[in-house]
Amino acid sequence: MRSLNAAKPKDALSNSNLLFLIAAVIFVLMYGFAVLRYPGSFLQFQTFFDLFSLNAPLIILTLGMSIVMIGGGIDISIGAVTGLVTMACAVLLESGMGSVWGAILLALGIGIAFGLLQGCLIAYLEIQPFIITLAGLFLASGLLTTIHKDPINVTMADFVSLRDFKIVIPWLGTENRLGNFIPCEIKPGAVVVVVLVVLLAALMKWSRFGRNVYAIGGNSQSAMMLGINVKRTIFYTYLLSGLLAGIAGFVFIMTTGAGNVGNAAGFELKAIAASIIGGTLLNGGVGNLLGSPIGALTLLIINELIRAAGVQSNFQAIVSGLLLYLFIVLQSVVMSLRGRRKFRIALPPWLQPPWLQGKKKAENQG
Amino acid sequence: MRRLKAQVSHLFLPLSVLVLLIVINLIKGADYFSITVVNGALYGNIPNILFGASELVILSIGMTLVTASSQGQDISVGVAATITSSVFVLFVLNAGNATLLTIVAGFLVSCVAGLVIGVFNGTLVSVFKVQPMVATLILFTGGRSIAFMIDGKLSPILANDISNQIGTVIPGVPIQTPIILTAVFIALVAVLLKTTNLRLYTESVGINPSAARLNGIDPKKIIFLTFLIMGVCTAVAGFIAVNKAGRHDSVNLLKLIMMDAILAVAIGGNALSGGKFSITGSIIGAYTIEVLNRTLLRLEVETETIKAFKAVFIIILMVVASPVVGDFAAKALRWVRFRVDSGTVPETGAPEAAAASDPDTPAKKEV
Amino acid sequence: MRSENVLEMEGICKAFPGVRALHNVDFALRKGEIHALMGENGAGKSTLIKVITGVYEKDAGRIALNGRPIHFRSPKEAQNGGIGTVYQEIALCPNLTVAENMFVGRGRYAFVQWKRINEKTTRLLSSLGIPARPTQQLSSCSLAVQQMIAIARAVDMDCRILILDEPTSSLAEDEVRKLFELMRELKSRGVGIIFITHFIEQVYEISDRITVLRNGELIGEYEASSLPQIELVSKMMGKALGDVAKMRKLEPLAPDSGVPVFEATALSSDAGVRPFNFTIQKGEVNGFTGLLGSGRSESARAIFAADKVTGGEVKMNGRRVKISTPLHAMKQGIGYLPEDRKGDGIIAELSVRDNIILALQVMKGFLRPFSRKQAEGFSDQYIQSLNIKTPSTNTPVRSLSGGNQQKVILARWLLTHPEYLILDEPTRGIDVGTKVEIQKLVLKLAEDGVSVTFISSEIEEMLRTCSRLIVMKDREIVGELSGMNLTEQDVMHVIAQGGE
Repeated sequence: MRSLNAAKPKDALSNSNLLFLIAAVIFVLMYGFAVLRYPGSFLQFQTFFDLFSLNAPLIILTLGMSIVMIGGGIDISIGAVTGLVTMACAVLLESGMGSVWGAILLALGIGIAFGLLQGCLIAYLEIQPFIITLAGLFLASGLLTTIHKDPINVTMADFVSLRDFKIVIPWLGTENRLGNFIPCEIKPGAVVVVVLVVLLAALMKWSRFGRNVYAIGGNSQSAMMLGINVKRTIFYTYLLSGLLAGIAGFVFIMTTGAGNVGNAAGFELKAIAASIIGGTLLNGGVGNLLGSPIGALTLLIINELIRAAGVQSNFQAIVSGLLLYLFIVLQSVVMSLRGRRKFRIALPPWLQPPWLQGKKKAENQG
Repeated sequence: MRRLKAQVSHLFLPLSVLVLLIVINLIKGADYFSITVVNGALYGNIPNILFGASELVILSIGMTLVTASSQGQDISVGVAATITSSVFVLFVLNAGNATLLTIVAGFLVSCVAGLVIGVFNGTLVSVFKVQPMVATLILFTGGRSIAFMIDGKLSPILANDISNQIGTVIPGVPIQTPIILTAVFIALVAVLLKTTNLRLYTESVGINPSAARLNGIDPKKIIFLTFLIMGVCTAVAGFIAVNKAGRHDSVNLLKLIMMDAILAVAIGGNALSGGKFSITGSIIGAYTIEVLNRTLLRLEVETETIKAFKAVFIIILMVVASPVVGDFAAKALRWVRFRVDSGTVPETGAPEAAAASDPDTPAKKEV
Repeated sequence: MRSENVLEMEGICKAFPGVRALHNVDFALRKGEIHALMGENGAGKSTLIKVITGVYEKDAGRIALNGRPIHFRSPKEAQNGGIGTVYQEIALCPNLTVAENMFVGRGRYAFVQWKRINEKTTRLLSSLGIPARPTQQLSSCSLAVQQMIAIARAVDMDCRILILDEPTSSLAEDEVRKLFELMRELKSRGVGIIFITHFIEQVYEISDRITVLRNGELIGEYEASSLPQIELVSKMMGKALGDVAKMRKLEPLAPDSGVPVFEATALSSDAGVRPFNFTIQKGEVNGFTGLLGSGRSESARAIFAADKVTGGEVKMNGRRVKISTPLHAMKQGIGYLPEDRKGDGIIAELSVRDNIILALQVMKGFLRPFSRKQAEGFSDQYIQSLNIKTPSTNTPVRSLSGGNQQKVILARWLLTHPEYLILDEPTRGIDVGTKVEIQKLVLKLAEDGVSVTFISSEIEEMLRTCSRLIVMKDREIVGELSGMNLTEQDVMHVIAQGGE
C-alpha cells in the first residue's frame, strides 16, 4: 500500500530552512577557511565585529530586500535611496541648523517617502516592481546629485562624537605587534544591525504580517482566498524596505562620517546577491531573514579573502557574479528536485545521513 | 490607407510624446531644426540626436525582442556591450596595423563574443527557467570586471583613422557614420523580420506559450534565439560606442543604458509583459529618450537632475499605462457612454470582469 | 422550510449578457448529508456554487441557511456564515507548514504562537484521521493530504456546509478512500456536504442524494439509492437540442480497408492516461465519448503529444513513427483542435489571419514565411468557407465571439490539410446553427478521405457523425460501439455499467 504521506520519518525541512542551512554551512566553511589561511587577520574577534559595523548598511539593506523578495517583489531603488539619505543628512548636519536627531528623522522620512510612493504604485496600481523601483533609483540618485555634488565631511560636534562612539569590551581583545592589549571595540553601526536582524527575523517568523508575506510569496492567489489582504501586505513590504534604506543611510554616514555621491552605489544588486546567497528565493515565499546577514557576510568574506590574497578589487565583481550564478543555479536545481519530491543527492550510502537512509527503506517497503 | 492607419495607430504614444518634446524645444528656440554644415558634414539638433541615440536604438531593438518572447527584461545590455567592445579593442590593438580588414574582423569577433553572452543568458532563461531580469543580473554584477580584465586593466586607446571615421564622419559623406551604421542595422533587422517568421513565433510565444507549443513552436528555442539576437545587438552597440569614444572605459561605457533601453521599449507601446511588439515603436521610443535628455539639458536642467526628471516621467507613464487605471478609465468611459446613449445607468459589467477584479474569486476552469 | 435542511435554495436565476446560466433552480441540503451536484459543461454547477458562496449575485430566488434568509456578498462573508469551500486547485500555500496553512489569514492575532497552533493542528488532524504533521511543509504532503488539510481548515472554521469542487480529480484509488472516510466523519458530525464530481462510481459510493442540472435548469433531485446509474447518465446527457434535422450518417467504411491511418499501442502520457490502444481508418469518423473527466481529452492529447508521452508506440499508415512533440504529430499529418479554446487554442492578441495560418506556417518552417498576399488568401478562403464573422482579417482574434474563435482554430487545422484531425469539443459554447455547420463539415471531411476523431459531451452530435464510438469512464476505456449498437441507449449502458 503506498504511503499516503511522502514525508520523511523525521520532520521534513522546509525550503526556507534548507536553503538557510546551506547558506550557513557555506558561511562557516568560508570563515573557517579564512581563519585557517589568514589567521593573522581573521582569527581576531575585532575582524568579526568590524565586518558587522563596516558593512552595516549593506546588511540592513539586505534585510529589507529579503523581505520584499519573500513577498515576491523586488526593490532596486534602495542603494540610491541610501546614498540620497547620506547626502541629505550631511547637508543638514553641516548647515548649522540640524541636529543629530533631526538627521535621523530626515533619514527615516526620506526612506518612508520612497517606500510609500513605490508601495502604492506597486501594490495598489499593480505596476511591475522593477520599473517602479527603477524609477525610484533614478529619482533618488538624481536628487542626490542635485542636493550636493561634492563630498561633505560632517564636522558637527554632536555627530562626530556619535561617529566615534564605541562600545569597548575590555575582556575580549587581541595583542597587537607591540604586545599591547587592545580591547575589542564595537561601533554603533554593528549594534543597529544586530538589533534589526533580531527584530526583523522575529517579525518574519512570529508576526502575522511576516507570515502573510510568506503566504503571498508562496501563492498570492491562495493567500487572497485564505483571507489575507494581499495589497496591503505588499504595500507594507515596500514601506519597510524604504524605511530600512533610510536607516541604512543614516548608519552609513554614521560610520563613514561623510556624504558622498558614490555612497552605496550598486548596493541594491549586492543586496539581491546577498539575499539569494542567504537562501531567499527569487520567486518568493522562501527565505530566512537570519540568512540575510549571513549571505551579506559570505559575499564580503569572499571579497576579503580575495583582497588578502593580493588579488585586485577588480576581481571582486567577477567573483560576486560567479557566486550569484552558482547560487541561482544551485537554488533552481534544489527546488526542482524537491518539487518532484525526488530529493536524491548523488552521495555514496555511507555519506548519506541516517534519516535519508530510513526514508529509502520505507519507500522500498511501501 | 486603412492598413497604414492601423499600423500607425499603435505608435500613438511614442509619437505624441516625441511631438510634445519637439514643441517644447521649438518654444525654447525656433531654430531647433536648423542644420549647419561643418567640414562637409551635417550638424544640428536633429543630426545630433540621431548621432547620440545610435547605441540606444540598437539595444532597444534587441530588448524589444527579448521582452516580447521571454516576458522580462535584460539588464545586462550595457555590460555586455562593454565586454564585446573590449574584445574588439583587444583584437584591433593586437593586430598591429589598423586596416579596414582588421577593424571588420575585430567587429566580427566581438559579434561572436556577443553570441556567447547570448548563449549564457539565453540558457539561464529558457533552460533553467530563471526570470530574465534575475538571470541577466549575474552578468550585470560581474561583467564590467571581465571587460576590465580583457582590457588588460587599462583603458586602452583606440586611435586610428578608421576608428575615428567610424566614430565621427567619413570624409566626403555628409551624414555622420554612426547614423549610417544604425540605419543599416535597422534595415537588416527589417529584412530579418520580413524573410523569417521571427515576429509570428516570438509574439505567439510571448502571448501564449502553451498554445504556441500546440502549434509546433518550441518556446525554449525562440526565447534562446531572441537572446542570441540581443547578443549581436550589444556587439554592434559596443562597436559604435567605443569608436565614438576613442578609448575603452570599462567602468563608464554605456553605463545604465539598460534603463533607457527598457524605457524605450515601454514608450514604444510594447507591453513589458511580452507578446506583440513593435520595433518601430521602440526605435521612436529610443529617439524620444534622446530628445528628452537633450531637451532637459536645453531647458538648463542640470545633468544630475535629469535623472530625477526621467524618473517622474517614467512614473507618470507607467501610471497612465497601468491596468488598474486602464480598467478605471474604461469603466468610466462606458458609464459616460451609457448615460449619453440611453439616459440610464448601465448594469455592472460582464461577470468575467467582475470575477476577475474580485479578489475572492478562485481562478479555475469553468466546470 | 424543512427543519432538517441546513441550506435551501429556491427559484434561483442568474443570467449574464447573452447567457442564461441558471433558471429557476432549486437545491436543498440536509444536515449531515452528502449531496452530489452533477451536470455537464455549462450545466450551471459552478454558477450555482458561486451564487451560494457570494461570488455572484443572484438575479432572483431565495437562499436560506438554517431557516434564515441570507445574502452573502463576498466569499469571506460566506465563510464567516459557515460555508467552507474547497476548490479544485488547492487554495493553500505550498511553502508554509501544515499548521500555518490551517491558521493563516484567520483571526485577529498579532503574533503567531507556534506551539499552540501546532498542538491544535495535531488534535484536529488526528480527530479527522489525516496523516500529516503540523510542522511539515505543505508541499511535502501528497495532493490527497493537501486536499484533506484544506477540508480540515474549513471544518475548523466551524463550517456547517462544506462544498467540495472536484476533490478527487487528481487522487489515486486509496487516496479517494481516505477522503471518503473523512467525508463520512464530517457527515456524522452533522456537516452538510455538496460534492461536485464527474466520477459516477464515486457518486454512488458516497452520496445520499443527487441533484442533476442541465443547461442551467434543474433536471431533478434523487435519492442515490433509488436512481439506477443508467437513468442518471441519461438525465445528465439529456435529450436532443431543439429540432435538429436528422442528417444522413455516413456508412462505416468497409471493415479493415487496409492499413489504419493511425494506430497507437499502449499509449500513455503523464496526464494520467492509462495505456490504451487506438486505431482509425482512412475516412473514418470515430469519437471518444463519456462524461467530462472520463479521460477523453487526455487521450486525444496523448495522440498529439500535447502532453508528455510516457510509453507506447504509434504507427502512421503502417509505418512506425516517433511522435514526441506536437510538431512531430503535425508533420505526420495530424491536427488537433484543443478543448481549452482560450488557454491552448487562440493566440489572443494576434490577428485572425495570423491565427489561421499559424500551424501551416510552422510546418513550412521558420525561414519561409508566407507573403502577405498568400496569408490573406488563405484566411479569406476560410473566412468565407467557414462563414467566420470578423470585421477584418486584422482583427485580434480575442474580439471574436466564442463560436467564431472556434471556427478560426478549425480553419487553422483545415488549412494544414491533415490526414487525421482530432477535434476536442469543437462545438462547445457555440450556437446551434454553427454546431450543425461543424458537424456537416466533419462528414464532408470524411468523404474526402480525412480521418476525424470527434470528442463531445453531447452524445447526439457524436451519434450523428461518428461511425465508431470509444466509451470512456473514470479515465479508462470501457467499451467500443459501432454499427447497429450505435445508439444513445447503448452508450449510456456502457457508461453506466462499464468498469465493473
